[in-house]
Amino acid sequence: MNSSTPAVSIDGVVKKFGSVTAVDNLSLDIHPGEVVAFLGPNGAGKTTTVDMILGLSNPTSGTVEVFGGDPRHAIALGRVAAVMQTGGLLKDFTVRETVELTASLFRPARPVDEVLDRAGILEIGDRLVGKASGGQQQRLRFALALLSDPDLLILDEPTTGMDVQGRRDFWNAIRSDAERGRTTVFATHYLEEADAYADRIVLVRRGKIVADGTSAEIKAMAAGRTVRATLEGADTAALAKVEGVDSVDVRGESVLIHGSDSDAIARYLLNHTTARDLEITSRNLEEAFVALTADDAPIAEGALA
Amino acid sequence: MSQTPTALDLGLTAGGDIRRTPPMGGFSLAFLVLELRRLMRNKRAVIFTLVMPSAFFLLFGTDSKYKTESAGHGNTTAYIMVSMAVYGAMIATTSGGAMVATERALGWSRQLRLTPLKPVAYVAVKVAVAMTMGLAAIVTVFIVGNLVGADLSAGRMLLCGVLAWVCTLVFAAFGLFMGYLLPSENVMQVLGPALALLSFAGGLFIPLDQMSDVFATIAKFSPAYGVGVLSRSPFGDDGSILLAVINIVAWAAVFVGGAAWRMSKDTQRV
Repeated sequence: MNSSTPAVSIDGVVKKFGSVTAVDNLSLDIHPGEVVAFLGPNGAGKTTTVDMILGLSNPTSGTVEVFGGDPRHAIALGRVAAVMQTGGLLKDFTVRETVELTASLFRPARPVDEVLDRAGILEIGDRLVGKASGGQQQRLRFALALLSDPDLLILDEPTTGMDVQGRRDFWNAIRSDAERGRTTVFATHYLEEADAYADRIVLVRRGKIVADGTSAEIKAMAAGRTVRATLEGADTAALAKVEGVDSVDVRGESVLIHGSDSDAIARYLLNHTTARDLEITSRNLEEAFVALTADDAPIAEGALA
Repeated sequence: MSQTPTALDLGLTAGGDIRRTPPMGGFSLAFLVLELRRLMRNKRAVIFTLVMPSAFFLLFGTDSKYKTESAGHGNTTAYIMVSMAVYGAMIATTSGGAMVATERALGWSRQLRLTPLKPVAYVAVKVAVAMTMGLAAIVTVFIVGNLVGADLSAGRMLLCGVLAWVCTLVFAAFGLFMGYLLPSENVMQVLGPALALLSFAGGLFIPLDQMSDVFATIAKFSPAYGVGVLSRSPFGDDGSILLAVINIVAWAAVFVGGAAWRMSKDTQRV
């Protein structure tokens, strides 16, 4: 879906709680249709940022806009919905009543049965919320978020408490909506979920963005990639001059070249040498995450676009 | 960049419907009915608002001498019936207002802030639920009273009921104020005994003229006093109506002001 207005536009946002700076001059645009994972260690400022996107709190300075306007207005029109960890449910409503009540607040609202079905809880509609399992309650929160058919869906640790099947169903539902243009932002500590389901990963540490790119770009950024090739009589000096290369190791007939631009390395090897059997390997996302969010890691200026 | 505006630019749903905010900030009959249905599931609330006041009335008000003893335009049984109805309505409206405490403690209010529901509409729903329960409490005691010999003309009895009902709005505000003040899931465990105390002190269980002078003076400051006196005024004016009205207005100002103050703090964006 083409639209010139960003779904979320965060510009120079600072959020302080007393002397603690939770969000430190953060700027970020999220475009319609993107599926963005928000990753960071505890206390990185993820939930604080999400609260500001939802208009639950105001920035100390800077601006947050949702579809070009006030976040609360986007909430009032049902353009934004969220599944929050902190959002509570009332135990003495049934699952269906909870959805009916929430549906009464949106104009228009999707049919109650439809959202119950999509969240996989249609058959437990008459169960009291207090008697539903943690995973079922989480699905109920998801059903509530689907009611307004939102343009932007925000999920804070959405699959907490779900079993493997529940998690798979959940992500299938998210993906199919994203394909139809729904912007989705989720915070998760399941790195494999970010890797598998996000188009874009934003890594946050101490209220700042430390990396922003595709999962592959993040991995490369933290670790670079290693290109291994079979090459006799390698000219290590020439290889070291290839763009982005930081080390060249010759081990018998193998050469291992480590650098930030594995494409350039491979192109050079194939075009200018007799190298064969190329293999490109990278660190996995978890290693990249640890490397980028560790307390002594440098903060990248102008993170990947 | 010129392009045809998409559904997204226009703020339409994917289905092409215009997105709107709900009428009356989200207050609706459907909301009210769901809330009442939920409340009726709460056995404790049903016992405290519908069963207990009637039980107290049967206990205190049906002595055979009360049925023949006159109290203004009615008999003493009817007089006690009205007092117990006021007591029941007080509990019902206070607990209705205090529901916000439970809902805040459970995080439901936070969940509702992700919807278009306006805070004032939320409070209006709580007050409407509280007043509906208050009405049910009054009607129940009145039915029981009429079955066991309360004597008062229908017109005066209706007036008593309406006055009791309208006056207990003060306690809906009290419940809201306490609900916003006490961040507890079981706020009624504190407020229940407090209401019993206020009712004793306000002369709902024992008439003021049977109290010592000091205690009778203190009683006039209880928020239950004004509501009780005004609700029983159709029995005949004993000269204390003006004081009762002052009492009600003053307490209403305190509770409404307090509730509004706490509510605005609660819904403030920080």
